[in-house]
Amino acid sequence: MNPLISFVGKTFVIAEFELRKLRHDFTELITRALQPALWLLIFGQVFARSGMMHTGNIPYLDFIAPGILAQSVLFVAIFYGINVIWERDLGIVQKFLVSPTPRAALVLGKGFSAGIRSLSQAIVVYGLSLLLGVKLNWNPLALLNVFIVVVLAATLFSTFSLVIACIVKTRERFMGVGQVLTMPLFFASNAIYPTNIMPAWLKVISHLNPLTYVVDALRTSMLANSPSNFGMGMDYAVILLTTIVLVLIGARMYPQLGV
Amino acid sequence: MTSPVVEIENLTRRFGEITAVDSLSLVANAGEVFGLLGSNGAGKSTTIKMLTTLLQPSSGEARVAGFSITTEPEMVRRAIGYVPQAVSVDGSLTGYENLLIFARLYDIPRKEQEQRIREQLDSVNLSADAGRLVDQYSGGMVRRLEIAQATLHRPRVLFLDEPTVGLDPIARDAVWKHLIDLRNDYGTTLFLTTHYLEDAESHCDRIAIMQAGKLAALGTLKELEASLGSGRHSLDEVFVHYAGTTLDSGGSFRDVSTERTTEQRLG
Repeated sequence: MNPLISFVGKTFVIAEFELRKLRHDFTELITRALQPALWLLIFGQVFARSGMMHTGNIPYLDFIAPGILAQSVLFVAIFYGINVIWERDLGIVQKFLVSPTPRAALVLGKGFSAGIRSLSQAIVVYGLSLLLGVKLNWNPLALLNVFIVVVLAATLFSTFSLVIACIVKTRERFMGVGQVLTMPLFFASNAIYPTNIMPAWLKVISHLNPLTYVVDALRTSMLANSPSNFGMGMDYAVILLTTIVLVLIGARMYPQLGV
Repeated sequence: MTSPVVEIENLTRRFGEITAVDSLSLVANAGEVFGLLGSNGAGKSTTIKMLTTLLQPSSGEARVAGFSITTEPEMVRRAIGYVPQAVSVDGSLTGYENLLIFARLYDIPRKEQEQRIREQLDSVNLSADAGRLVDQYSGGMVRRLEIAQATLHRPRVLFLDEPTVGLDPIARDAVWKHLIDLRNDYGTTLFLTTHYLEDAESHCDRIAIMQAGKLAALGTLKELEASLGSGRHSLDEVFVHYAGTTLDSGGSFRDVSTERTTEQRLG
């Protein structure tokens, strides 16, 4: 069989069965909705009223709605590695590694399933935004773009999480590292404030942070009138390239979990 | 007529200072039930991990079903099945789904998948429970499902790491019945580790005893017993003689923890 066709096929097999698990347990989808609700309804409303954030010609709540979507995708995806460690402590990882499945397909399939799962968060954030009167862009192409960026972003960060899991190997250490990683990624991004109010050093870091490009792409497509800072092409390039690099690293490291 | 299906030559694996497997050489033949015995930490699991391509050897070589584990791991993977010691089916999927995912990963033609899965489930007496989540299975059912899953693609060699750990005697007998059926029906070679001496005694055609990473003894039960000289000897005595220890010593924290968790999950 053509290796590329086989790779794509196996990736979808892995993703499909990860998603089948959702059919048996929906609670996960509900718990995902809570965090963005808190950030938008409490943090967002309070800061919007304070008038402290200068977000140009768009209201602050409109400004952070896409940021909170990106943030909630990040926060859920970054802990994906816990599942991976759990599957290693059982014998599931070993069983997959002994099968003739390309390692990259195992890694990408899992990441991709996390991507699809995170679509539920996009729906929640759209619902909350409607409730709060955010001016959304309902152009079908823009909506499609939001969904694609959300899936890619969750794939990116869950693959990053898998790589971390391959390094730390235990749940306890992973929890610590996960906490340490999420906040800097979140704060050193344009999710809840524009990068132009950042000190210069932080601005540099934020431009190296893939989350910044996720937020930029989401903000441009989700809102009615918010021009992109970097251009959609640049956003996609950074997101895709980072994902590919992480999948390649993951494919090299994942077999270490079988030992 | 015997034809070698697992050929191990000077296989060695070091972890830092420790040599877990030390110049191991042995051959298992097609259709044989081959038992690898040893106390915890003797190198059994490391050996199985190298043979199943999970771990690269530090030196030496092994061929499984004619393929080199170092240069043709992909071919080895197609030819083998593996039941790890820890629970390796997914509790959040049904029994049927657990087999279906592997049918697809092993490229079993789409038209044959359903029938093959039904046959496998039938052969381990799980047809009636195929639609239930594996979370709700008993320990014996989980092990039987794992065997069905690992042999779906009709492997030439089935590797099992402590297949009956944590099971009650009745479930243990059922698991063994299915394993022996497999061997009789398809000529599958069974290569397993165990530290239940009675399992080795009643089911293994040949037994290898490992001690500190080395092969301490190899032969049929009769040969091993005879090797201790005149008089009647039990396998326990043979084991203590060659392994130089009882079963309980040795093993890392992680080994013991995996074993206990497995026992808890299956029990």
